Amino acid sequence: MKFPSWGLYPKILNEAAIELKGPQLPSLDTTFLPRGNGMSYGDVCLNDGGVLGLTKGLDSFLGFDAKLGTLECESGVTLDQILRLVVPYGWFLPVIPGTKYITVGGAIANDVHGKNHHLRGTLGNHVIEMNLVRSDGTHHTCSLAKESELFCATIGGLGLTGLITKAKIQLIPIHSALLESEQIVFHSIEEFLQLSQETDRDWEYSAAWLDSLNAQGERGIFLRAKHSETRISLEPHSDAGKFRVPFYFPNGTLNGFSVRAFNFLYFHKNIKRRSRSIVHYNPFINPLDNILHWNRIYGHNGFLQYQFVVPSSSPGKKALKDILAGLRRTNLGSFLTVIKVFGDKLSPGWMSFPMPGITLALDIPSPYGMDVLKILNQFDVWVEEVGGRVYPAKDARMSKEAFRRFFPNLEKFRAYLDPKFSSSFKRRMGF
Amino acid sequence: MNIVICGATSRIAHCVARDYAAPRNRFLLVGRDEAKLKTIAEDLKVRGASEVAFLVQDLSDSQSAGKIIEWARSRFDQIDIVLVAQGLLGDQMADQKDFNGLVKVLETNYLAPAVLLAHFANVLEAQKKGRIAVITSVAGDRGRMSNYHYGSAKGGLSVFLSGLRNRLNHSGVSVTDLKLGFVDTPMTAQFKKGILWVSPEYVAPRIIRSIEKGKDTAYIPGFWRCIMCVIRNIPGPIFNRLRL
Repeated sequence: MKFPSWGLYPKILNEAAIELKGPQLPSLDTTFLPRGNGMSYGDVCLNDGGVLGLTKGLDSFLGFDAKLGTLECESGVTLDQILRLVVPYGWFLPVIPGTKYITVGGAIANDVHGKNHHLRGTLGNHVIEMNLVRSDGTHHTCSLAKESELFCATIGGLGLTGLITKAKIQLIPIHSALLESEQIVFHSIEEFLQLSQETDRDWEYSAAWLDSLNAQGERGIFLRAKHSETRISLEPHSDAGKFRVPFYFPNGTLNGFSVRAFNFLYFHKNIKRRSRSIVHYNPFINPLDNILHWNRIYGHNGFLQYQFVVPSSSPGKKALKDILAGLRRTNLGSFLTVIKVFGDKLSPGWMSFPMPGITLALDIPSPYGMDVLKILNQFDVWVEEVGGRVYPAKDARMSKEAFRRFFPNLEKFRAYLDPKFSSSFKRRMGF
Repeated sequence: MNIVICGATSRIAHCVARDYAAPRNRFLLVGRDEAKLKTIAEDLKVRGASEVAFLVQDLSDSQSAGKIIEWARSRFDQIDIVLVAQGLLGDQMADQKDFNGLVKVLETNYLAPAVLLAHFANVLEAQKKGRIAVITSVAGDRGRMSNYHYGSAKGGLSVFLSGLRNRLNHSGVSVTDLKLGFVDTPMTAQFKKGILWVSPEYVAPRIIRSIEKGKDTAYIPGFWRCIMCVIRNIPGPIFNRLRL
């Protein structure tokens, strides 16, 4: 059985996997990495030459207080399972990233963020307490008040500080599973930033899809939504209506030409300046969850994902514009470019990615030869020069030097690494 | 409904229990691993079960049946469903030399469950209602060189169920033989998974449907009915030359 990452790159040659039978570590004679659903794009969830500890059997709920909105569960429970349980009681996850099909352990290890970061921060901001077991046999219960350093090291800690066995999360109350949503077309980054500023005060969720290849400059569709106060319906999402990509498309299906064509059609389909509708949370927050195995569209060679954040200062905005111009110049056809403004809420995680500023996420279909890798390294330099950083959960190619500059807390974090835990990402970054 | 599950820490049993965890459903769980039983009990309660109690007991010991039944009757006035889910795959090759392993496989998969079912049968017969469901295996349909220890025990249990069904039919109690094919669980972790394999989440709702319908024998997934029909009918001289 193979355990690739979502981006299908890098390819793994030699990896063993053990299904964890309970909240304990097996005896380890090689390096170990806990593994949830493996939805990270690059190599943070890979351990070539070592062992993966599959947490899918750790999927029990341990407690749910429907009055206070606190949920305790094992680390292999997925966000999808949590929503199905809590939505009918009028509760919701405070943070949901691009997909709900990830485990709580994985969500904490990457300190995920979502379309409501401007209001709620990351998932790490909502973890009340969690339990870890380490290879020296010790069990730890940590929170901001107890063993807080291990807590802060583990949030965004990429699974390297120990095995998270269970966690308690504070949910947010909702009146409705339906969202009032609005979509607005914009024709420049300035317009986008203006929209974000107006939006982020009153709307729970916001993000924008960007046509990164348009020769005339950036244009896109700004999306914002909030839970309805009036349409009281607490139906959780269902599995009906899912589409499955049945096979791997040929490598190169997505390229500069095809992506331009898609972007053109998509943009013009949504060209009406502003439109409102009522939608269920599922297609708004996780539109791709209804297309199973969408990564197969990128072919067997997979794809790279690049997400960075830069401050909203003028140098930050300039770096953003330079990167977008760089993409157009090199015709790197990103299909799913998303841009969002992060809020000020800082995560307790030392290795957490979001910071106040503008974040852009883009995908790069194969082939990614030396010229693509060179251009991305150049982008890293521009990001780093303005004090920004790149998201490890999506990375398969950043250099060790860049990583050290992006994450000044690395030395502090290293003190809490479990000596028997490792990942392909950790070894590539050389820490 | 009052539901008793023996072998409750089995992954399949856990998935079945989850699907049954609705308000007014009460559970008694029996298994060997206390920590796991505790976790499963919490899980079922969060998912809606109104009451969950567990008994820590080694189900491979046929002497334990009396104790289990006593405990169940002390907690439930009436038992609506009994699910027997424990099993031990064993290691066919090793157990051909290590007969203790063979004995364990036969005890866990045939002797102990049969004695346990004999106890439950009397209770449900007196109630004149209820449903018994037992997880056996397609391996019981014909002994094959690769796993006839396990296969014969499960097969023997299927015959036991057939007789029990005949007897209990006269009291309005259904006895369902759940013949499962290849399911991806901790018990089968070492096997390479192929196209015939399904997940516990796939199997659980089908088990429930079979129990609700009071089916005699259910092959899950259904295509095993055809496959085993073919396997059963391969003439001896040909079958014996194979290495199935």
